[in-house]
Amino acid sequence: MNASHEFILRVRNLRTHFHTDQGIARAVDGVSFDIPAGKTLALVGESGCGKSVTALSILGLVPHPPGEVSGEAIEFEGRNLLAFSEAEMRRIRGNEIAMIFQEPMTSMNPVFRIGDQIGAVLRLHRGLSKAAAREEVLALMQRVGIPAAESRLEDYPHQMSGGMLQRVMIAMALSCHPKMLIADEPTTALDVTIQAQILDLLRVLQRETGMSILLITHDLGIVAEIADEVVVMYAGKKVEHAPVAALFAAPKHPYTRGLFASLPAMQQHRQRLYAIRGAVPAPTDFPAGCRFHPRCPYAMDCCRRDEPPLLETGDAHRTACWLHDAGVMAAQGKAPGLPPEAAP
Amino acid sequence: MTPDLLVVQDLVKHFPVRKGIFSRVAGHVRAVDGLSFRIPRGKTLSLVGESGSGKTTTGRAILRLIEPTSGSVRFDGIEVTSMNRQDLRALRKRMQIIFQDPYGSLNPRMTVYSVLSEALRTHRLPQATGARDRVYELLSLVGLPPEAADRYPHEFSGGQRQRVGIARALAVEPELIVADEPVSALDVSIQSQILNLLEDLQQQLGLTYLFIGHDLSVVRHISDSVAVMYLGRIVELGPVEAVFEHPVHPYTIALLAAAPVPDPARKRRRILLPGDIPSPINPPTGCHFHPRCPDAQPGCARCETPLIEISPGHWVACPVHAPGAPANA
Repeated sequence: MNASHEFILRVRNLRTHFHTDQGIARAVDGVSFDIPAGKTLALVGESGCGKSVTALSILGLVPHPPGEVSGEAIEFEGRNLLAFSEAEMRRIRGNEIAMIFQEPMTSMNPVFRIGDQIGAVLRLHRGLSKAAAREEVLALMQRVGIPAAESRLEDYPHQMSGGMLQRVMIAMALSCHPKMLIADEPTTALDVTIQAQILDLLRVLQRETGMSILLITHDLGIVAEIADEVVVMYAGKKVEHAPVAALFAAPKHPYTRGLFASLPAMQQHRQRLYAIRGAVPAPTDFPAGCRFHPRCPYAMDCCRRDEPPLLETGDAHRTACWLHDAGVMAAQGKAPGLPPEAAP
Repeated sequence: MTPDLLVVQDLVKHFPVRKGIFSRVAGHVRAVDGLSFRIPRGKTLSLVGESGSGKTTTGRAILRLIEPTSGSVRFDGIEVTSMNRQDLRALRKRMQIIFQDPYGSLNPRMTVYSVLSEALRTHRLPQATGARDRVYELLSLVGLPPEAADRYPHEFSGGQRQRVGIARALAVEPELIVADEPVSALDVSIQSQILNLLEDLQQQLGLTYLFIGHDLSVVRHISDSVAVMYLGRIVELGPVEAVFEHPVHPYTIALLAAAPVPDPARKRRRILLPGDIPSPINPPTGCHFHPRCPDAQPGCARCETPLIEISPGHWVACPVHAPGAPANA
């Protein structure tokens, strides 16, 4: 089997910069990852880490100017999307890679009926007739679990709840049988019982269609539920990349560990929470060296000076942190690795 | 036993729904539909529930930022609902609110110094000379540097703005703080800073919190007791351990099961509730939850659902799992 077929998407050294009045914002700065066919990769991080911009860059949706997407390649089934024209991208979007957003309400046109909006996609992308499109829309709406789908075809977006609209968005995204779905915070605006329904739906649909999912989220709970692999981003950089079980069992980057430690646990009560000191720096003003060093409890001299490379720290577990570099740590007379938990 | 600082009884807030050119009242949104709970001084009670459950309305009605339709709110023994404006103004020194979106609740044209000194002035605190010192004291209390005083809200990050919001609430030395989703808009690493701050302040100043939230792990962390709301009513109320470890109401159980847990190894029994939360304009009859309830019985559509005390301090409103207490048993 050819290596390029194992992975539906390979992102190589992606850089997306924005030219602003305050200087160049390096929103995404040299990020690489591969998504295996039929699997879910989660991009995790806090606001401003570049996770959404990564998704928009893949789909060629970053406005230019001020945005500028460069890098080695965004390979989708062996084709480099970075070299595609806008017309070629338009054939990829929706047909082969579909996307759903956080706010289903603002992603729909408020003056068109639900059935017509999904139907328009089918007629445009798949050239169906009006009657055939309607049949197909109905089937899609039933498939994503919209009750009484027939009567809801005539609804306008405002007549539907947030959870139902997200189902409509998913139906629309699935309408052209995409090979990959990019889901940008798909449940963030939803209540927790509705969120559980939508995550369940995504899992079922992935099993049925074999599509790959790129999930963008800030919620580690959702990652644990649905992802196979995780990329943790901080300030435009990939800081850690691992299979989900390995990451949750033993995070290797001080930032990832800090994130886990800041979560209030459902099982315990009133223990003082760990807090990562300071705040995320502005994208026009990222610090030199490791971008996390001003907030890191273990920062060393080299962290302030040199950017850490991505180091292999275990089976398919990679992290960008000097603490894991044998040479650097040996020079300090220490063994490589993250110091024991008690330290923060 | 600590005396209760806040006692809410049968609180009701209905909003009229108007229709047509004559604004005829066509119905009511029963946002809060007969709520009772109490918070001992120095403790934290959380209201949890999904959108439309009435938790925010409850917080505002208690402070009379919106007028309750009926019911009683007693603060330190004083009835709040029947109070005139002047007395209410004086009482507001003792009860304050912090909001979810600190950006939306701070005037963008005022420096932090003006925001905080305005709060002092509005309540005519006798600190004409000491106002400046008091502002710096407040900033250090919430962990902001003195330079923050001369900056505008947009110059702060979300977490710092929430600190400003907290400082403003603290300016008048309140006893009760209604915290309406204070960390929902913040990133996790910042959320923990603010939760720690709220707890430190509670210890230092003896504050009482009514915490409104939807994130169950946050609520678990910060509360002494919890009231789970569904469509304007409390379905379960009790000490935080009782409600989280031994939930009884099917809605509480489903809510806890739906919350994603950051542990991929943990295989949970998922309870997928069918359907959406119904509209509070025409809530289902009987128990509001019965159309989505996995344990519903035919009687649930008709019966009353009073809160029944199933163990000391743990109250449940479910005719199936907490049938009426046997008389004098």
